[in-house]
Amino acid sequence: MDEELKMGSDRELLPYLKEMIKIRCFEEKILEIYSQGQIAGMCHVCIGQEAAAAGACAAITGNDFIVSTHRGHGHLLAKGGDPRTMMAELFGKATGCCKGRGGSMHVIDVSLGHLGANGIVGAGIPMACGVALSIKYRNSGQVVLSFFGDGATNQGVFHESLNMAALWSLPVIFVCENNHYAVSTNISKACPTPDVADKADGYGMAKTVVDGMDVLAVHEAVCKAVQNARKGKGPAFIECKTYNFQGHGTSNDRPYRTQEEENKWRQKCPIKNFKERLIKDKLITDDEYQKIVTETAAMLDEAVKFAQESPWPDPASAGQYVFCE
Amino acid sequence: MKKNEMQNIDYKTALNQALSEEMERDQNVFIMGEDVGVLGGAFRVTKGLLGKFGPNRIIDTPLSESAIIGYALGAAISGLRPVAEIMFIDFTSVCMDQIINQVAKIRYMSGGQVKVPLVIRTPGGFAKSWAAQHSQSWESFFCHIPGLKVVMPATPYDAKGLLKSAIREDNPVMFIEHKLLYNVAGDVPDEEYTVPLGMAQVKRAGADLTIITYSQMALLSLEAAEILAREGKDVEVIDLRTLAPLDIETVLNSVKKTGRAIIVEEGHKKVGMGAEISSTITEQAFDYLDAPVKRVAALDIPAPFSKVLEDRVRPKLEDILEAARDIIG
Repeated sequence: MDEELKMGSDRELLPYLKEMIKIRCFEEKILEIYSQGQIAGMCHVCIGQEAAAAGACAAITGNDFIVSTHRGHGHLLAKGGDPRTMMAELFGKATGCCKGRGGSMHVIDVSLGHLGANGIVGAGIPMACGVALSIKYRNSGQVVLSFFGDGATNQGVFHESLNMAALWSLPVIFVCENNHYAVSTNISKACPTPDVADKADGYGMAKTVVDGMDVLAVHEAVCKAVQNARKGKGPAFIECKTYNFQGHGTSNDRPYRTQEEENKWRQKCPIKNFKERLIKDKLITDDEYQKIVTETAAMLDEAVKFAQESPWPDPASAGQYVFCE
Repeated sequence: MKKNEMQNIDYKTALNQALSEEMERDQNVFIMGEDVGVLGGAFRVTKGLLGKFGPNRIIDTPLSESAIIGYALGAAISGLRPVAEIMFIDFTSVCMDQIINQVAKIRYMSGGQVKVPLVIRTPGGFAKSWAAQHSQSWESFFCHIPGLKVVMPATPYDAKGLLKSAIREDNPVMFIEHKLLYNVAGDVPDEEYTVPLGMAQVKRAGADLTIITYSQMALLSLEAAEILAREGKDVEVIDLRTLAPLDIETVLNSVKKTGRAIIVEEGHKKVGMGAEISSTITEQAFDYLDAPVKRVAALDIPAPFSKVLEDRVRPKLEDILEAARDIIG
């Protein structure tokens, strides 16, 4: 087995669990304070989808890039995002990662190689490819992960982007988090093939369909794709079959799916199952797990406090950052 | 400047020189677009650059405007300085999300974390019977969007100097050329020069009337000014050169002097550049006006195919003359 993959499979497993717990707790905290009216605007949480962000981002280095989506908190956290500046951004405060200009749908931290979330579905895909073009142009050996959902694969620019990425063998990995719904529309009503990944066939691109609720499965698939991309073998398409427990936005009104379906997917919860596996393998005790959750919750309470106590941006500065001076 | 220090070249050659010089100057500058390689672009602006710089820097793309702009944006925020070509301005509607929601806004939405050194070159304006989807002037669309700079040169000199500045600019620039200007020649210095963005130029000084215009209409307006001079009417012609940011100071200073203003543009009159400039003059120089501001523009009708219909819709020399005679009296 290749060295990188070997490292991946032998690596201590606890960080995956901690990463997923951090994302879950962050998102649950967002729902809590959103319902209290503490934050405004739109929020799309990724509860249930944590394995994709955690597994994929663990397959790249700090020097690599990701481009994210409207459901992007988890991606930024998994890339090393600071929960305090993210929380402050969601509050619209001056200390936010975008200084209050972006909000939930536009969190970004360029210093971490995170080049943006996006309020337009699919629009980040060509940007990710452009970053890959830049990597190839500069021969820098980096890779890009382009995250998007199943809905994005029905946008024209998705197809344009995959076509050119395959044509030019760009170092980009397309990570599709198929959570089975574009708002209320089930993927079965939007995609004629059994797997979304089948769309990669048209571009002669390597594809893998993985259990997106299994962080190690995601990690392994992305590791392989990253390895190939670094060797100049071009892009790959990885479909992570997953589920968003909360539904599209912050609303609990989900008439488009059944309780039975939701319960079935909740049984596949990526955190619960991974925790049970680690307990079974005696890598962690339930007490230790509870301790991680408690510590994470405390860390997020501190992030909320930081956001609450942070100053608002100066209204007179609204025009700052439209242009470079 | 001495005659031997100038070269007489056409607009497309001036643009080609600007691209070539900037690519030599900076390894991070590259070109992508449809047919920009072996063909040299639909209007041959990139002719010869493939041979000079190779396929890694002169990138022929599939027919995918959204991906062209999105890829260029990704390259721009990760260290390169792309020049993307969209074959006709009419085709920017296909990639409008990338231009308006992404290119123009990513710096702002990120709180200033990224720079977007990206030039989008595209030709606009009427040609000859190219009909409704290849004759449009959409500069007012782009001027409406915060985060974009909009440049529209009228002469080879300005075309070369402004394109060089646009490529060195760290903000996105819509660089709108004109199909009917590509073969128009003019004097351009042999030596290196740039023309700064955001500065209008008084192309002809006059005392009775200010014509505010840009791109091909600037040449038509200068022609009109010569005819009007023979009638004893002294017309000042301002070529805006950059529409966003607008050099309103040069416009207002002129209008305060002449007391009369006509805005000549090739776009539709309704909600166009003329409306914007006219209202700004009214807001800021009303007391200096001797007559209501006039607009000469295309009719609010799609560009027709038939020559006689097209002539009816597009702004012409006679329209400028008529407006000038009317306003001066």
